[in-house]
Amino acid sequence: MATSAKRGRPGVVLTVFLLIIVGLYLIMGLTKTWAPKLGLDLQGGQTITLTATSENVTPESLELARNIIQQRVDGLGVGEATVAVQGDRHIVVSAPNVTSDDLVELVGATAQLSFRPVLQSGAGTGPSDDADAVPGLPTPAPSPEASASADEPSVDNEQLSIDEVLAYTATEEDLENFANFVCGDTVVDDPSRAIVACDDEGTYKYLLGPTAVLGTELDTAAYGIPTGDLSYVVTLSLKSTGAEQFKQLTGALLDKTSPENLFAIVLDGIVESAVEPQVQITNGEAQISGSFTADSAASLANVLKYGSLPVSFEPSQVETVSATLGGEQLRVGIIAGIIGMAAVALYSFIYYRGMGIVVVASLVVAASATYAMMVLLGSAVGFSLSLAGIAGAIVGIAVTADSFVIYFERIRDEIRDGRSLRSSLVSGWEKARGTIIISDAVSLLSAVILFIVAIGSVKGFAFTLGLTTMIDLAVVFFFTKPLVQLLGRTKFFGEGHKWSGLDAEHMGVSRDSLLGRRLRRRTPVTHDVTASQTTQEA
Amino acid sequence: MSTPKMSIAHRLYTGQLSYDFIKHRRQWFIVSGVLVVASILLLLVRGLTLGIEFTGGTDFQAPMKIEAGTVDTVRAQVADLTVSDLEPQVFSLGETAIRIQTRTLDTEELQTTRAEIAQIAGVDSSEVAYNAIGASWGKEISRQGVIALLVFTVLVMLLIAVYFRDWKMSIAAIVAVAHDLIVTVGVYAAVGFTVTPSTVIGVLTILGYSLYDTVVVFDKIRENVHGLEESNHTYSEQANLAVNQVIVRSINTTVIGIIPVVALFVAGTWLQSAQLADLGLALLVGMIAGAYSSLFIAAPLLAWLREREPGMVKHREQIQRRAERAERKAAQREAEALALATAGGPAPVETSHRQQRRTSGSRAERKGRKK
Repeated sequence: MATSAKRGRPGVVLTVFLLIIVGLYLIMGLTKTWAPKLGLDLQGGQTITLTATSENVTPESLELARNIIQQRVDGLGVGEATVAVQGDRHIVVSAPNVTSDDLVELVGATAQLSFRPVLQSGAGTGPSDDADAVPGLPTPAPSPEASASADEPSVDNEQLSIDEVLAYTATEEDLENFANFVCGDTVVDDPSRAIVACDDEGTYKYLLGPTAVLGTELDTAAYGIPTGDLSYVVTLSLKSTGAEQFKQLTGALLDKTSPENLFAIVLDGIVESAVEPQVQITNGEAQISGSFTADSAASLANVLKYGSLPVSFEPSQVETVSATLGGEQLRVGIIAGIIGMAAVALYSFIYYRGMGIVVVASLVVAASATYAMMVLLGSAVGFSLSLAGIAGAIVGIAVTADSFVIYFERIRDEIRDGRSLRSSLVSGWEKARGTIIISDAVSLLSAVILFIVAIGSVKGFAFTLGLTTMIDLAVVFFFTKPLVQLLGRTKFFGEGHKWSGLDAEHMGVSRDSLLGRRLRRRTPVTHDVTASQTTQEA
Repeated sequence: MSTPKMSIAHRLYTGQLSYDFIKHRRQWFIVSGVLVVASILLLLVRGLTLGIEFTGGTDFQAPMKIEAGTVDTVRAQVADLTVSDLEPQVFSLGETAIRIQTRTLDTEELQTTRAEIAQIAGVDSSEVAYNAIGASWGKEISRQGVIALLVFTVLVMLLIAVYFRDWKMSIAAIVAVAHDLIVTVGVYAAVGFTVTPSTVIGVLTILGYSLYDTVVVFDKIRENVHGLEESNHTYSEQANLAVNQVIVRSINTTVIGIIPVVALFVAGTWLQSAQLADLGLALLVGMIAGAYSSLFIAAPLLAWLREREPGMVKHREQIQRRAERAERKAAQREAEALALATAGGPAPVETSHRQQRRTSGSRAERKGRKK
């Protein structure tokens, strides 16, 4: 196994490995990211875990819900908020630098979809630069200023009958409300009353009649380009009651004049789309056309589908950390890490003497590799370092140091078995290798399972533990081992200097046995002989 | 300091100094059994102090200069908050923060209470950090924890069985891990520390760590029992030698593993980071238990399981017969020697001869390897 060719390569392996790490730092330099993304418990912010109230949730509906919540959160204008699906029924919303309570209300509310007849429309008095936006055309992403109106408390008033809805005419109060309404004001989506709502750009405002068709009546929504057509349309299919209501609504609207010939699709108090029916739709299969792009059609279809989704969430955990507290936690974590590293280094020097250098060098290399990976994974897959993650890394120090102990103790065992130091360095590795791999595999297995199964902070812990374990494997194989082999060629280590941690006396063997000399007589040997002997060996 | 330690290590390795873990297994099993039973009893009688993450509730933290009497003052003020039946608990967090735990609050109650706490502490509302947990969250975490535990147990048993090609090792390892888990939980029940998700993390990590140690011991056992049938040793003897050989390594890995964990615990306690302190404590207890169980439970249990195999029984009988034969021969020789009354020279000669042979043997082996 340990061929001379293999023994000649440690320098190369070492260099390549170190170059890879330097490469990681070069990438960091190129992308100008020098610090890992911090979790909200370290930088301050709000984390909300939403749990579906029903047990069985399909991944598709969870993903749709995630999309909608993401849109809502984006709409709040809180910056880099992330919304992620976790496990089979959780959605985690993380918004840095947010410590107010608006977000909880916003994401906790169940989306409410309704179809309402339009009574009047006009320019939204809210700020708008976007002159291109036309009512009836869905826009791909809601803009921040308008969506603040989305945080309506849910109202479960009775829906009026379709006849009552169609007979409804705007009252004085409605018109006054409409006139005074500024896009951005709060909209209470009360199905039994007329409401004022804006499109999601805040460009147009609408006075809307009571709800004609509830979103729960929507069966499915899809989008696509119909055969023989050129542009995208969104198709809706309604359940039986809804289809009947829809038939009456569209029938009634055909006779009216603009803007009363429109009906609006309202989601969470925002007019997603205002549509003019071309014919009466009797089969509950409606088609909305307009200048859709693939994206905008998909987004509207999703919005519609989600509005009718039977998934409701409750915020099962809300964590708000102020920036000060977050910074404090980060400091504690870093202090703990540094103390841990220093103490391990100190212990290694006391116990392994010169070999402590190897431990410290390996720890430093492992730490720099871990840091680089954390930074790069932050920009690549959005990994963010949490307090639990720091804890994982600190436990990782223990795992990393353990591998060295296994290796070094193996070398010492080999020496005690009567092998020479030089051959012990090789055979010790061969025997330690398996142990290191299997024990790291156990560690990795627990990290992977924790990562897959766990929710909340456990996930961050598992991720860093797994990461440090893998880095440990790489460091032991491509740094520690070649370094030990290289050091074994030096006089200090290779001849078991008193301070090298590998001297004959401490190993309980004779110096001759340590240097691999055939024992003839117990006589002191000069260094010349040793040197020639060792060269021969190498 | 290290000189006597080294020589102990050396004597342990060569078997000159050894503690018979296998032979004394009964007393250690009793010790462990008592620990486990005590832990379970403690768990049943005292129960665990569950954090709000499991019971549901809201935990507010506000920066506030803590002086003598501050906590009492705050406690009195909290009793008069707008929201009724808060069931508030007030603690100080070091000297710079106050912590108030209440029952589960809805969004509105949360906002009111947060603002009022901010007023008490004299800070802006946004400075009041909080963690609100619904009642179902704990169930969810526990459920996921149990799933993780089961999946891990099954996979790790498979991994060990495949790697060592010995399913009895899997059983011994899992028994040892179960011991560690129960004892750790028992310590929590005994001391009354609050169980938080960090504790769950700690406990789950113990699984990996405890097995790590056990795997290293088993690796050495496997090496030592290689070619056992042809040898003059029993499985127990070889396993015991292995345990003695890895003690030093085991102590070292445990010490090195514990150092960062102690740092975690100390920094967490000292600087008031409950999360780190909880995690550190769980790991600390678990790692010590893990080191103990791999030496005193896993290895003896494995030896016991293996010695019951018919092949092993036969092997033991063979060794015994051989030993008896050798004894008879030795007695015979001794009698002859006594009769001849020769002076005792052969003993030292023999040792030096043996040593020489060993060295040359390893050298030859080394040469063989190089080719």
